[in-house]
Amino acid sequence: MSGGYHIVVCGGIVPDPLQTLEPAVGPTGPALRNEMMLPAVLDPWAGHALFEAANLAKSQPGSKVWWVSMGPKAKLQQLMMSMGQKVPFELVALDGSASGFTESAEVAAALAEAISSIPDLDQSRLLLIGGWESASRGAGSTLQIVGERLGIVDQFQGVDEVSVQEDGSLKLLERVEGGKHQISVCTAPPIVVGWATGKLPEPPNNPQIGMMNMRTVMPALQRAKAVQVGTGSLNFVSVRLPEQRRSTRIVKDATVEEIAQEIVEWIKD
Amino acid sequence: MSLTPNNKSQKLYTLPGDDVRQIMWRFAERFDLQMAVQGARSVARGPVARLVADGARNSHDWTEAKNGLLKAFDESGITSVFMDPEFGGFIEGPKNLALALVAFELAWVDGGSATCSLAGCLALAPIHERGTPEQRKEYMSRCVPAQPGEDREVWRGAFSLTEPLPYVGVDASMLGGRIRVSEWKDGEEPLIQVEKRGRFITNMDFANFVTAAVGSDDERIKGSCMVILEETDPGTFDRGTATKKLVHQLSSTRDPVFSLTVPANRIIGGYTIQDGVIVPNYSHGEVIEAVFKRTRVTVGLMTAAKLLSAIEPVIRYQRQRFRGGTVSAPGSPRFDLGLQQKEDVLHRLIDVWATGEAATSLGFEAARVFDEVDPREKERDAYFEANGISTGREKLKALRKLEEQALEFLKLAAEPEGLRDGARYEELKADRMVQFMLLDSQANVLCPACKLWNTGHGANVMREAVSLMGGYGITEDCPGFLGQKWMDAQLEATYEGPEAVQRRQLTVTMANRVFLAQFKNWIREMRSIAGKKPGSGACNLASAMELWLWTVDHLQVATDAEGVKLYKGQRQGVTFPLADALCWLLAARYQILDVLELEEKGPNNPIVAEGLEGYLNFFTDLCHVQSAAAAGEVGRICAELVYGYNRHPSWDGKNSESCFQPSDLAVLEGVIPGISGAAENYSDVVDEDFVPRKAGPCVRFDGYEEFARLRAKLDGCLTGSRLAKDRAAAALVDVMIPEALDYPE
Repeated sequence: MSGGYHIVVCGGIVPDPLQTLEPAVGPTGPALRNEMMLPAVLDPWAGHALFEAANLAKSQPGSKVWWVSMGPKAKLQQLMMSMGQKVPFELVALDGSASGFTESAEVAAALAEAISSIPDLDQSRLLLIGGWESASRGAGSTLQIVGERLGIVDQFQGVDEVSVQEDGSLKLLERVEGGKHQISVCTAPPIVVGWATGKLPEPPNNPQIGMMNMRTVMPALQRAKAVQVGTGSLNFVSVRLPEQRRSTRIVKDATVEEIAQEIVEWIKD
Repeated sequence: MSLTPNNKSQKLYTLPGDDVRQIMWRFAERFDLQMAVQGARSVARGPVARLVADGARNSHDWTEAKNGLLKAFDESGITSVFMDPEFGGFIEGPKNLALALVAFELAWVDGGSATCSLAGCLALAPIHERGTPEQRKEYMSRCVPAQPGEDREVWRGAFSLTEPLPYVGVDASMLGGRIRVSEWKDGEEPLIQVEKRGRFITNMDFANFVTAAVGSDDERIKGSCMVILEETDPGTFDRGTATKKLVHQLSSTRDPVFSLTVPANRIIGGYTIQDGVIVPNYSHGEVIEAVFKRTRVTVGLMTAAKLLSAIEPVIRYQRQRFRGGTVSAPGSPRFDLGLQQKEDVLHRLIDVWATGEAATSLGFEAARVFDEVDPREKERDAYFEANGISTGREKLKALRKLEEQALEFLKLAAEPEGLRDGARYEELKADRMVQFMLLDSQANVLCPACKLWNTGHGANVMREAVSLMGGYGITEDCPGFLGQKWMDAQLEATYEGPEAVQRRQLTVTMANRVFLAQFKNWIREMRSIAGKKPGSGACNLASAMELWLWTVDHLQVATDAEGVKLYKGQRQGVTFPLADALCWLLAARYQILDVLELEEKGPNNPIVAEGLEGYLNFFTDLCHVQSAAAAGEVGRICAELVYGYNRHPSWDGKNSESCFQPSDLAVLEGVIPGISGAAENYSDVVDEDFVPRKAGPCVRFDGYEEFARLRAKLDGCLTGSRLAKDRAAAALVDVMIPEALDYPE
């Protein structure tokens, strides 16, 4: 596409899954015990979306990536110290709850409003990208609603690949059952892309990119608009952990074969 | 500073995270440092941990897998931390705190990886500190990782000082490495022949260049210097045999041999020709002094990181100790609490944690002080130049004058604000050179103190941490690699100047008048804190500081039983324990100051604010525990030194003169009724057929009343310290920890 894409990535934070996550009732409803004090990480779905977006932007001259994120400001800042070194972007921050006990529609409304307020954002070049199940407790609804609110009707979910073809059209691979993909071709933006895992690994930290990003990250955090979500609009009858006891161990960089073998052994046992 | 007593009902909910540490260690406003920490952490808990878990430490060889770390260091920005932005780095200004944080993160998982990363900086440090502008530009630029679009190899360096016995080791002045003029044509750069054998040289498997310490073996070269050797220089660049280390196996260490011809412009810092003699601008001693006084701090922090890294795995082990099998049912105390039902394991873990906190506080303070000293050192040099001060004697004279002004400033600072000469105080406060003297005297103590105490005492406490894991602790499978870390701590206590070197340096620097004057003010500061924040251990610490200061003053004039002066360089039995005692005091002081920083700044951060009271309660109790431990050590050391050099009285005629005999008491009983019964409280009562049951008559304390008073006060100040330990131990039972370590086991 001549002039490149305007890529907006929606990506929020989640509690570090290694922590002990225990539901508790707080003053504003359900929450996780000590949630504010627990370290947070970028939602893995959104992480894939961000890395893929940056990769796409790199291959399309003139493209630019905005990262729209909602969460407690101080927690977003901590996240930026690691994720801010991965890929170039401009941050649009919203100071609000990143709890799992918010409603998709509320979150989507706040995100859509923030995106609409981005100066110089050209909707005709817009690729709205995010994790396909993010900010919705796995329902896959938030990104769809953001798209609807912005009037984007071409939506693709569970996407593992987006490529730009010679004629400028976009080819997308969406997950379908049986490990297969549905291939779609879209002639032009705007589109919504809900990412699955994609194919890219997490980029290594690059402090030079970090220093460049920080020029916009810190001001964006300072002017982050306060957003009220998940406060009183929902009533949770009860929340509880799954019955199963978790047994966690950390294994990094395992091959697909190793993972498959372990699953087979687990099933056999 | 609010300094209000904390709400004691608030508990420690979670282990302290980045938000808390950034405040305590003073980099909450530095996003460049926060990014450096994240970059280092991603490498430490990723590729480094994977290597250790895979058994890479079981080989002395520098394998391909280990070599992969260098790429990880480059990509994550670790390599660039040391570089100035003009040469491709990303951190402006001094880098001491930055390097300390990176070393801390890497050593959290493996000390060898930290050494590997730091050794490159160590090789560059002589060039950075004393090199010519051309040398700095050339080597710093080569060592920075290639940026996108660049196609070049990253250069790696090694620092070569240590030599095979009997040369450079503890005493860095005994150099075996030699240089001679090999060719010197009129009007051309002289060529010098360098002969150097290194021992235990880090990074030698892959170093492209070496900064080597050598002495002159030629009357046409004066003194000693450091020189840059490159792998392609003509001659022998033999990387030597691999050192069979038991520790730090993720760093490359070899015993190289160099016999190379290099141009004289490789002398670090350049040279002048005087009367046909090449005179290096800096001796090797001047170069390494400038280097080590900074790099040793990071080593101290490496051991501190190990101690704090042990907390989470030990808690998990304690809690899970009895789970599984049929020995305990879910929901039972044995199942839920495991070993944490027992007070001893909790108390011992609190000792590990308190030591780790104190060591870290001391180390990061040292790093921050050096960040302040660095630019002021340059200002001092500019001051000398502007005032025509060039010779060593002139510099000493100028420094002595500044020292007097610094002492005057400290005296004014100790006076009440309304009563002191405010104008003079402000004048001296604004004087950069006077302030440099204060900082420099601190830095000269903090560096060796941190290196000595963190690594030496830290290694001892790391053994405790290992023992808390039972048999598991000394296996390769121990979560957190605690056994390896214990061994690694021993190397950290040894390299870059073993403990004796640090003690020797402290012997000189702790007696500096400016330092001692500051120390006196710090006692007042601790008393003031104690008044506003009881239970922090500040009162106890202040009493211990007073006792130490009294002891130093006393020992500087006292003599032993033979009339020989006690406080002097060769009397290491006196000066070294005093140095040890000082380290305990400093570590505990900075620990308290870090908690006060958290108390002051924590409320501004909404994440920290939520659990702040709990953190403050716990950390305050840890301070109390550590101050009590410090007080115990200081009391013991000082008492030994003050009393121990006097000869014990014996049952000879002279000493027995002060003893009562039964016949004396019978006479006196008529004058002082009851003296027969009470006499033994004041002296010894001996009869004629006396059979000694002790070494001699009891010692008299004439002249030591003040010491005895201070010692008794110190003991009394321990009041409440064990209650603090009980509270801290109870917090360990409730604190929430992650389900698993965030790096492989």
